[in-house]
Amino acid sequence: MGSGHHHQLYRPGDTPVHRLPPQCKLAAVAGFALVVVATPREWLWAFGLYALLLASVALAARVPLSFLLRRMVVEIPFVVFAVALPFIGIGERVSFLGLSFSVAGLWAAWNILAKATLGVIASVLLAATTEPRLMLLGAQRLRLPPLLVQIAMFMLRYMDVIVDEMRRMRVARESRGFAARNVRHIPVVARSAGALFIRSYERGERVHLAMLSRGYSGSMPVIQDLSASSRQWLVAGMLPGAALVVLLGTWGLA
Amino acid sequence: MHVPDGFFNVAVSLSAGVVAAAGVAVCLRGARRELDDRTAPMAGLVAAFIFAVQMLNFPVAAGTSGHLLGGALAAILVGPYTAVLCVAVVLLVQGFFFADGGLTALGVNITLMGVVAVVVGWTVFRLITRAVRNRGAVVAASFVAALVSVPATALAFTLLFWIGGTAPIEVGTVAAAMGGVHVLIGIGEGLITAVTVSTVLAIRPDLVYGARGLAAPLVLRGADGEAVVAQGAPAPAAARRPGWFLPAGIVVAALLAGIVSFYASSSPDGLERVAEDKGFISQASDHALGEQPLADYGDAGGIPVGVAGLIGVGVTLAVGGGLFFAVRRRTKDDTAKDEVSA
Amino acid sequence: MTPSLEVRRLAYAYPDGTQALFGVDFAIGRGERVALLGPNGAGKTTLVMHLNGILTAGHGTVAVAGLPVEKGSLKEIRRRVGLVFQDPDDQLFMPTVREDVAFGPANLGIGGEELQHRVKDALERVGMLEAIDRPPHHLSFGQRRRVAVATVLAMEPEILVLDEPSSNLDPASRRELAEILRGLDVTVLMVTHDLPYALELCDRALILSGGVIAADGPTREVLADAELLAAHRLELPYGFALP
Repeated sequence: MGSGHHHQLYRPGDTPVHRLPPQCKLAAVAGFALVVVATPREWLWAFGLYALLLASVALAARVPLSFLLRRMVVEIPFVVFAVALPFIGIGERVSFLGLSFSVAGLWAAWNILAKATLGVIASVLLAATTEPRLMLLGAQRLRLPPLLVQIAMFMLRYMDVIVDEMRRMRVARESRGFAARNVRHIPVVARSAGALFIRSYERGERVHLAMLSRGYSGSMPVIQDLSASSRQWLVAGMLPGAALVVLLGTWGLA
Repeated sequence: MHVPDGFFNVAVSLSAGVVAAAGVAVCLRGARRELDDRTAPMAGLVAAFIFAVQMLNFPVAAGTSGHLLGGALAAILVGPYTAVLCVAVVLLVQGFFFADGGLTALGVNITLMGVVAVVVGWTVFRLITRAVRNRGAVVAASFVAALVSVPATALAFTLLFWIGGTAPIEVGTVAAAMGGVHVLIGIGEGLITAVTVSTVLAIRPDLVYGARGLAAPLVLRGADGEAVVAQGAPAPAAARRPGWFLPAGIVVAALLAGIVSFYASSSPDGLERVAEDKGFISQASDHALGEQPLADYGDAGGIPVGVAGLIGVGVTLAVGGGLFFAVRRRTKDDTAKDEVSA
Repeated sequence: MTPSLEVRRLAYAYPDGTQALFGVDFAIGRGERVALLGPNGAGKTTLVMHLNGILTAGHGTVAVAGLPVEKGSLKEIRRRVGLVFQDPDDQLFMPTVREDVAFGPANLGIGGEELQHRVKDALERVGMLEAIDRPPHHLSFGQRRRVAVATVLAMEPEILVLDEPSSNLDPASRRELAEILRGLDVTVLMVTHDLPYALELCDRALILSGGVIAADGPTREVLADAELLAAHRLELPYGFALP
């Protein structure tokens, strides 16, 4: 799962979804994911409706389907896990095409695939329509501790700088004919990791010094304030709200 | 290992969220005390480092490769409090900006890869380095700590999955398999961690949190050659810091154990469920909103196990929430005091 | 008249035991532009860190416009001394240029209209106003260095201290920065081993070598003394002659 990480998902745009305050979107996606997770797996058509809800959000945000699909790769390790479940699952079994499957395992695999897919699509939509910096400020509005938000801000700012340093070190290794092929090469890679840590730590110290030089005394000045109107909360609440209606409606029918 | 949505039921996701929040709150306090106003930039840069290092794939056996979790490494390099914060922030950023790891599973992810990996790794590391105090021991302890932290995290995952996972598994077999595979991955993790720590020890020994107290005091010479002892030497006092962390770790572990025991009694594992020959439709309603209908499972010791499960979640939420707010309040009080004294 | 900056018998060693300064003495008068020259590892950066109390003297004193650098005076010292770091990536730590330039004045308690005004004014002075809403890592290196100068100017400092201002700049950015610096009406201490740049911008030069001040005089005279330069691993670039 390492490789897909360093491409950020944010797609600048100016749609109603982009314009919603980040705290509303965060809360809406979390609420939606919670409703999805709480839905019993046997209610197949409820999942279909959830997918439709997400599709309409994607439409409103002008996020193309191909973009969503390409970002689904983060799910692959769990697809593997899910595919294994019908084989390693226990209890009653059914045979199909000469293979024996655990019934409970099949349901579990469906459950994980469906919910994880919906969750990933919702998260991708959130990340694609929200500027990272604003997302963190939104999280702070939702009572995430300010210190945690600051740590994440610094991580976000220096992530690319450090990944870049690491890439340069790899290029330096490889240009001298080195390639990590087996366990005996681990120490070589790890020594670069040690050097990378020292560089990161020392950069952290220098950044701290730069902050001190400009009068930092332990708390970040609030320069931008995000506020959301109740109308915006209402708009954002439509996604988890509709999902909840589906869930409760299905429950009523069952 | 970034768990997506749908792996765990709502009750476990929320309970783990509370455990994660309490753990992070404890660590915010601890890190502030160690790093003071350096916390934000230092932890941010270390988090960026961990993020980068997690992208290092290393070959494990023919054709397969693992990648670093980094929990134990972070604990040894920057101390357990900061380490938990860094890993938590990495997971947060991956979840928010890369859609990696579900939002409802954030609590599970932070609990496993942040709290469990760091607490286990740091505890093992301390046990060894307390017995033998030299550089070799620090490196050896780094290897063992990182190695152990990986299967420990995998076992914690299995345990959680058994309690509130969404698939029927035979916990013993899966635990053995998970544990086995992750010991192999753990060896890679241990090797990388040990070599990384020894590289840092060779160049900037003062940066290795776990090796503090091994360095000699500083001596300064003035222009005329007179010797002055520097005042700014890093305090070796930090080496005897885990005072707060161990009890905190125990509380977190106890919380986990609490959820475990309540769920274990309220929800027999999948094998029994199927063996009891309940159709999937009845199980479906069992799962509604993650709550167990009280009637289905009879009772244990006079209390319907379903009720026991609910009480379990309630107690976990109350204790965890209480701890979280207590810590938050104390942090606020401290800040207030600091402001008065400043 | 009290000098803008006064350093007396300053000595310092790093936590790993390496001693960098062995007793540094000098003073800079108000409005002067001074170059601090020295080879790599001479202790230049260490000295700079003492000027606003980031490092505290193991031994000796530093005073800015008469105010000694000590724990109680740090807030005021950091307003008076504007430090521009060598690597603009260290200096620009906020998500956007606007927030970064606002960081210093906001820490001084300035807000609202006045804050916005200071941010725009500082960016205007370095010619970077159009980049105000961009993230720093999307700027070129030269642009980032100019924004770094703006982050400090926004605090209206008594003395501007620049660490290797010309490093990694292409010739055009280098010239643009020189023009900006010459136009500023503040005391400047420029730490560098770029001798032509020192000559271009500063009337007076100090040589820091081996952790002590080895020379102090008009830049032209210091640079004309080939023996002195050679003794401290300083060299004029090939083909360069004093005009």
